[in-house]
Amino acid sequence: MSTPTTLFDKVWRAHEIHRSESGQSLLWIDRHFVHEGSFHGFNKLGERALPVARPDLTFGIADHYVPTLARDLDGVADPKVRSMIEQLSYNTQRHGVTLFGLDDPRQGIVHVLGPEQGLTQPGLVMVCGDSHTATHGAFGSIAFGIGASEVAHVLATQTLWQTKPKVMRITIDGQLAPGITAKDIALTWIARLGADGARGYAIEYAGEAIRALSMEARLTLCNLSIEGGGRCGMIAPDQTTFDYLRERPWSPKGEAFEQACAYWKTLYSDPSAGFDLEVTLHADEIAPTVTWGVSPEEALPIDQALPDPENISDPAKARQARDSMAYMGLSAGQKLTDIKIDRVFIGSCTNARIEDLRAAASVLAGQKSRVPGMVSPGSTLVKTQAEAEGLDRIFIDAGLEWRHSGCSMCVGMNGDLVASGERCASTTNRNFKGRQGPGARTHLMSPAMVAAAAVSGHLADIRTLSSQASATGVY
Amino acid sequence: MQPFTVLESLGCALPAANVDTDQLIPARFMKEPRSVGYGQFLLYDVRHDEQGAPDPEFILHRAGANDAEVLVSRRNFGAGSSREAAVYALVDYGFRCVIAPSFGDIFASNSVNNGLLPAVVEEDDAERLLTALGDHPAEINVDLVEQRIRVAEVDVPFTVSPVWRTKLLNGWDDIDMTRQHEETITRFAKDYARKFSWASPQPPETNIISKG
Repeated sequence: MSTPTTLFDKVWRAHEIHRSESGQSLLWIDRHFVHEGSFHGFNKLGERALPVARPDLTFGIADHYVPTLARDLDGVADPKVRSMIEQLSYNTQRHGVTLFGLDDPRQGIVHVLGPEQGLTQPGLVMVCGDSHTATHGAFGSIAFGIGASEVAHVLATQTLWQTKPKVMRITIDGQLAPGITAKDIALTWIARLGADGARGYAIEYAGEAIRALSMEARLTLCNLSIEGGGRCGMIAPDQTTFDYLRERPWSPKGEAFEQACAYWKTLYSDPSAGFDLEVTLHADEIAPTVTWGVSPEEALPIDQALPDPENISDPAKARQARDSMAYMGLSAGQKLTDIKIDRVFIGSCTNARIEDLRAAASVLAGQKSRVPGMVSPGSTLVKTQAEAEGLDRIFIDAGLEWRHSGCSMCVGMNGDLVASGERCASTTNRNFKGRQGPGARTHLMSPAMVAAAAVSGHLADIRTLSSQASATGVY
Repeated sequence: MQPFTVLESLGCALPAANVDTDQLIPARFMKEPRSVGYGQFLLYDVRHDEQGAPDPEFILHRAGANDAEVLVSRRNFGAGSSREAAVYALVDYGFRCVIAPSFGDIFASNSVNNGLLPAVVEEDDAERLLTALGDHPAEINVDLVEQRIRVAEVDVPFTVSPVWRTKLLNGWDDIDMTRQHEETITRFAKDYARKFSWASPQPPETNIISKG
């Protein structure tokens, strides 16, 4: 009998080309996504006059810098932003790489587009010059973010040197209560283990609550692996995965799909496989969670109050809490639901898939947002779908802007920014200082919780909001 | 790349945890070509006020900071975005080593690919180094051969993955290393394509050609 093996090890082994004496592995890369920011990588390739080794395994996606007000490059006022999008077109065209560009009806954020198009599949090794590449692990692939030197290396060789990380399993037992989402699972474990709690590990998510998650929710959960410091996050593929992949544009077809499926069904951690670290949470422990500070680890259940640094025994943590509260303009002991907001943003590779928009729209239906805000769907196809379902009307009638798809206000590269000092309830992934713009204050939460904050004008508990709304027959 | 053995230089203390790559270089500067020099963008929003005036109290604006090559900070340095521009900002400013109790994973590999040593020290040792350096750039010795760091009387060990240590000591570059394995790669790719034929992307019949 073969040794019990983890899901991660099964996929890793299938891609190991060579192991050096020092223990580094040279891995085969099945998919490499490049975006506007990958220009450094293309330039490094150019310096050596090397071709792209496997253009058929490389895909270009315009997302980080694209305008969300129009799909017209001429409308981009900043010539440097325009040039970023043009450089991607030039580099992909020159090297014969498929491009999902600004004018493409399939355009979207790379981590929404890949799964949606069926490019993301179980058992693959996938990389992209973006830390949220961990998203694709939701299908049972090893997917991780890389830097520009590594982008150049993959372009030149279709391989990458990696030291094998340790493997940890995060198990969520039981069933999530209504209103509790993948975002809440992620913020809860990160708050508990710390923003570097999974550093040096590949994460496998398992357990009853994970199995019950939709593909979209699994993508959200794996997406946030990096916010806890994980190298990647993955979930063993199952019927939910196979059903999602059937009939996707780039999925294997016919007999090939059946062959693939037979292999994909072998991709799980054997029952007695050993993990370097096991963490178990019960679904009952997870509440709607929001961040209050400037690191994703500074998160709390919505019905709680900010900590008092005076009562934090660890001086480093007390210092960090004071610093975070000063930046966020909050005070010790303040109730989270008392925090007034200036703006909302629904978008990003974390939470802008169709289910996310439906969840936010269900709270906003027939309501007005008390603050301005925008909704940027995760892809142009998600946008089209949402419009077919009438979700765009709900957002517009609530007073929010309905934009095109892109990374938008999650990272502000295209000019969609939160003003200095403004407080934004956001479905994104990073509450870092200045992430959404210099001086911007970000609170991370699920789409329904952002919608709840919008109708309340302050951070709000979706559970009490829904019960109030349903009592008056609105919800 | 320039090999890294022993560095005798000035060190700056940056006593903050979670100095993420968004702080190291704000996103708005990343559309600049590298040739402009990314050092000017390093920690821009941390060390300037909203009008762009430099904070004279900030460590990088103290006398001697321009010659400093070592930065000492707290836990989870370089977390977040995979932007290699964060490393370019440090390297272009003149830094060759960052010392902290832990680093963001991707940041650390990006550092090594640019000859910047991410030296991991115990949390207590990081505090001792920060205290020894104080609020002005001060002399520091980083020895990659012996894996020790010295500031005045403080002498502490550090760790770095053996693979990275070898790369830094020799100034090696990955692409050169990999191309020595070209035959093995070609053989692997052929076997792999046969064994996992469905893993090759199958373009849809009505594939759209995007122009931009």
